[in-house]
Amino acid sequence: MSPRKEKSAGRTAYVNARLLDPASRLDAMGGVLIDGEAIADFGPHLAKERVAKKRGRGLPKDSRVVDCRGKCLAPGLVDMRMEIGDLGAAVRAAVSGGVTSMVCLPNTQPVIDDMSVVEFVARRARKQGLAKVYPYGAVTKGLKGQELAELGLLAEAGAVAFTDGTRAVADAQVMWRALSYASTFGLMIVQHPEEPSLAHQGAMNAGETATRLALVGIPTEAEVIMIERDLRLAALTGGRLHIAHLSTAAGIEAMRQAKKRGLNVSCDTAPPYFALNENAVGDYRTFAKLSPPLRAEDDRKAVVEGLRDGTIDAIASDHTPRDEESKRLPFAQAAPGGIGLNTLLAVSLELYHNGHLGLLDVLRLVTSAPAGLLGLRAGRLEKGAPADLVLFDPDAAWKVDADRLIGKAKNSPFDGRPVQGRVLMTVVDGRPVYRPQA
Amino acid sequence: MTQGGMDNVHFPHRHLLGIEGLSPEEISILLDRSESYVEQNRRADKTTRILHGRTVINLFFEESTRTRTSFELAAKRLGSDLINMAVATSSVKKGETLIDTAMTLNAMHPDVLVVRHPDSGAVQLLSEKVNCAVINGGDGSHEHPTQALLDALTIRRRLGRLSGLLVAICGDILHSRVARSNIHLLNTMGARVRLIAPKTLIPFEVERMGVEVFHDMAAGIKDCDIVMMLRLQQERMTGNFLPSIREYFHFFGLDYAKLANAKPDALIMHPGPMNRGVEIDTEVADDVGRSVIREQVEMGVAVRMAVLELLTDNLDRGRMPAPKAAAPAKNKPKKKRSRR
Repeated sequence: MSPRKEKSAGRTAYVNARLLDPASRLDAMGGVLIDGEAIADFGPHLAKERVAKKRGRGLPKDSRVVDCRGKCLAPGLVDMRMEIGDLGAAVRAAVSGGVTSMVCLPNTQPVIDDMSVVEFVARRARKQGLAKVYPYGAVTKGLKGQELAELGLLAEAGAVAFTDGTRAVADAQVMWRALSYASTFGLMIVQHPEEPSLAHQGAMNAGETATRLALVGIPTEAEVIMIERDLRLAALTGGRLHIAHLSTAAGIEAMRQAKKRGLNVSCDTAPPYFALNENAVGDYRTFAKLSPPLRAEDDRKAVVEGLRDGTIDAIASDHTPRDEESKRLPFAQAAPGGIGLNTLLAVSLELYHNGHLGLLDVLRLVTSAPAGLLGLRAGRLEKGAPADLVLFDPDAAWKVDADRLIGKAKNSPFDGRPVQGRVLMTVVDGRPVYRPQA
Repeated sequence: MTQGGMDNVHFPHRHLLGIEGLSPEEISILLDRSESYVEQNRRADKTTRILHGRTVINLFFEESTRTRTSFELAAKRLGSDLINMAVATSSVKKGETLIDTAMTLNAMHPDVLVVRHPDSGAVQLLSEKVNCAVINGGDGSHEHPTQALLDALTIRRRLGRLSGLLVAICGDILHSRVARSNIHLLNTMGARVRLIAPKTLIPFEVERMGVEVFHDMAAGIKDCDIVMMLRLQQERMTGNFLPSIREYFHFFGLDYAKLANAKPDALIMHPGPMNRGVEIDTEVADDVGRSVIREQVEMGVAVRMAVLELLTDNLDRGRMPAPKAAAPAKNKPKKKRSRR
């Protein structure tokens, strides 16, 4: 048992908070009463520190009370896509960003294509006692894109869905069988939407910037071709398909039409794709080398619109820690990927501050929506559910300084960016696990 | 009576290429006739001379031990001459086409050809080119009519009927000729058929063949009278139909836990050869109270004797299948059998 756990005994009341629960559209002054590790009660009736009379609605006498000073108290964030790298660093980065549950890609060492690895990852994460880690299982053995992994057994061991991570399941027949086989058990396949033969050796988005920088470009068609293929395979098999990190207008339009046709598909995007465009690559900035690549401004706008009109179901951090050695290289050789756990909330809140989405809508995309897609009991206020919460100030301004972000890797594509929205406290299973240093 | 000819109980087809298209009456004729051979095969003297002078050729383009042996025994117990033609020794390896092989054999005046071929439809193609009767011993994933008949005979002898039974067929439906023939036969005879398999092993739109599809063993087996397991062919592992044997057995292998969902006295069937620990748990397979797998093999010989007899019987009618209008039921009572 972790030493932190001892603090969780007894009851704690978080009062005087702006209570936000996107799932129930609750936005009101209120409080949350935590008993041990679970939410015992919540709502406007707990707004003030008021001890319950005989059978009245209020706080039990022995409650410790935390005054939230009117700040926002919401379910902890659920990040449906992150690469784990160093587990200890990842869970610390997560709670510093208000993330209390996250789903890690199977591209760990060893790959999550065996039941024992599923259990190993979950057990190691539990020991840390910080953010909860749920694993994706591999679609194919060794992520090689050839032979199906044991999807049924992996799911029984705890894999929440299946993906080959940063690799697309490229072979159409393998994807066909994967969707078909997964539907035997009602499991979801998450696809990295990029036709590898079109992205071959590509370093950034194909276009004027790539031409001026003389870098090999990845056309947006690489995304939409894979999406349209997979949509057809999903329709053919009745399989459950989720498209990860959408980045192009064409890809989003394909998803929009598929949903209109009634296909049971979903998708997400990541903050870089609605907050940045290919100009961030600037003068060969390798922190802006991502996969899929940052796209043109029109694509970025389309991502915002996709989030606004509900085509895009969720926002994931796409956290991809990379060490300095793999980024301090010529752009073409640098590893793609950026960290995102620390900045998930702040950058997502830009959608609110810029007037694209309401506060509850933004929160929903990083809490109840991803939790719902993956069937996690998280991301919403619910009596009896684990007390995973984030207290934040949506207006507090700060500047992203990659070197000062909590965690190990520093490769944030948002380095130097002024943002609004600061995590004040993160609570996991009733225990405060993060408070910013003054 | 077992040596009786079938002058008055007529099976109005020249070949037995499949179950599809047979009427309930025709299937009953085959099963009734098989019944009498079960007794004959249990006697010390198993041989008759009904097919004396006839030539039966086992023409197998695909490996087989059980079916070939079963046909061989059936033909010999009826007193016919039998030749086994195996692929390895035939001229097919030298590039002769299927039709050339058929014509060559036809020139030798066989009475019955028993044909197994790895391609669906190959047996029918061959049957169009020869003058003798052709029995489909299994064509690709298409049909294996004598297997379905022997399964039906086994069920009928155990439970007294086929109509109204609930039968679960589990496993590799997609590649199974046994499944297809059984679906046709059971549906024709008024049984209800459920298919249970991972989705990758269920053929497209198979529901339109009049079956219910399940992907969960417990749900599919629930209340079934018969649980029919299919052999899982190991080569299916490479085509991404399944991830592993371990996973397949966990979810779709028949063990007592899953079997508990069926009727308490449900029978377990398997066309063989079994993969113990892949599609069926050893204990379940050997459960003498419930497994009728050995009995199926026994019924196989009886069924094949009946088919050989009824088809050669038709040869006497002028080497032509009797047209339906000319069915001989008019002035002869159907049920009575007369000696030849």
